[in-house]
Amino acid sequence: MSFLTIDDVWKSYADVQILERLTLKVEQGEFVSMVGASGCGKTTLLKMILGSEQPTRGRIQLEDQPISPEPNQARGIVFQKYSVFPHLSVLQNVMIADEFTAARFLGRTFGKQKQQIADKAIGFIEAVGLSHAIHKYPHQLSGGMQQRLAIAQALMKSPKILLLDEPFGALDPGIRKDMHQLIHKVWKENNLTIFMVTHDIQEGFELGSRLWVFDKVRHDPQAPTAYGAQITYDLALNSEKQQQAGQTLAKKYAKKVVNL
Amino acid sequence: MKKLMNIEPSRPLKGFLALLPFVLILMLYWSASNERLAENPYDKLLPSFSQISDAVERMAFTEDKRSGEYLFWVDTGASMYRIGLGIGISAMLGLLLGMLSGLLPVFRSGFSPLITIVSLIPPMAVLPILFISFGLGELAKVMLIIIGTAPVIIRDVQGHVRQLPSEILIKAQTLGASTWLVAIRVVLPQIMPRLIGAVRLSLGTAWLFLIAAEAIAAQEGLGYRIFLVRRYMSMDVILPYVIWITTLAFVMDFSLRKLSELCFPWYHHQEAGK
Repeated sequence: MSFLTIDDVWKSYADVQILERLTLKVEQGEFVSMVGASGCGKTTLLKMILGSEQPTRGRIQLEDQPISPEPNQARGIVFQKYSVFPHLSVLQNVMIADEFTAARFLGRTFGKQKQQIADKAIGFIEAVGLSHAIHKYPHQLSGGMQQRLAIAQALMKSPKILLLDEPFGALDPGIRKDMHQLIHKVWKENNLTIFMVTHDIQEGFELGSRLWVFDKVRHDPQAPTAYGAQITYDLALNSEKQQQAGQTLAKKYAKKVVNL
Repeated sequence: MKKLMNIEPSRPLKGFLALLPFVLILMLYWSASNERLAENPYDKLLPSFSQISDAVERMAFTEDKRSGEYLFWVDTGASMYRIGLGIGISAMLGLLLGMLSGLLPVFRSGFSPLITIVSLIPPMAVLPILFISFGLGELAKVMLIIIGTAPVIIRDVQGHVRQLPSEILIKAQTLGASTWLVAIRVVLPQIMPRLIGAVRLSLGTAWLFLIAAEAIAAQEGLGYRIFLVRRYMSMDVILPYVIWITTLAFVMDFSLRKLSELCFPWYHHQEAGK
């Protein structure tokens, strides 16, 4: 009995096989980094866990229940961009998460209830380091600040799973370091289970407690789309030693994975 | 010396250049009108400025002998009522149906082909049907404006809803929003400035259909008056009416733009940044 079970999942679009034979178990509190070449299906797997895509074959179970086939509160998401609402201020962007559930008809709260939600929202805004920009709109924020805001939004619902789709891909290297610290802190403090798709293998090793490497095992030169990618390495990175062993392995395979 | 494409005029020069064509047209008109009137003082084609101001005085600031009304203002009121009602209903329809079909695939499947076909019907071709079924009263004229503008606004709003990044809609769902809440708290506020933009673009069409309908069947209205006095070749009335209609159209467009900038500053910043 695992927290999340991926049971013989295949995914294809028309004739194009994206993923095949994925069978994996993830325990609560793990931080899974997913790396691989562009178009190898790591984002597709993320979307299937999110519920915005369905597996062609196989099934995904969350706490022994089939995972909901549409996005819901159990799974939070931070995309690379467009993750925040452009028409709302920072505070409103975070408050709306609780207002959705507190007011099923208007989606707005008033008076005491509103104050409670605002207090909770301010707590998360402080946690991601945005207290100085609380009344600004997303277009006034830098890329890194927008991602911080998106994380604060997701934390409001205390999701069982937090999904990160290349969350730092559009950021400068310096800011990326800060964001790594933030996400590590958020992961530990909220006891989250995180899945992160990244292009940056280094990032995958530094952040995760577990690393999945996506690659195609079977090739048909006549029909390059006939076979999908599988997870070729499933590495635990819990301890320093394992991490170092993994880094060596990564260096060995980085070229292959990235230049595929 | 900079390349021509890189030369920005200074502010005063910009103002001067903007006014220049208007001044030139006025001067051209004035000299042509003088010339014709010198030849034939009863010429009606290019009335002088004093004749035009007499006509304005007569239409706008003198009671009509027969009805005791100020015709110019009666006409303005009637036309503004029709175009306001028509474009208002079109905007409401556009918002409602555009959002429904943009957000709900089930609704879109049934509705989208219909609206595509309806938007291809030339509205003037159904004008006789409107007059037959709704009579010659206000309803037929307002209906013509609605038929002429609503399909375009609906399709525009639908397109804008579908262009909202899917990430935004998925994010809202992961925060616990229902379809209804996504519609009113995520889509509606983001679509409002785009609706105003669509309405601004449809104003020209709305005026076209208003004046056409008034020309054919009405007892008052700016379009009605122009076509009525055409029989007497009263250019001294037609010209100020045309200028007045243009002014009204400009004011409506300008105030919608200002309203949008006032209510949705985030949208205009975002667009300017693109």
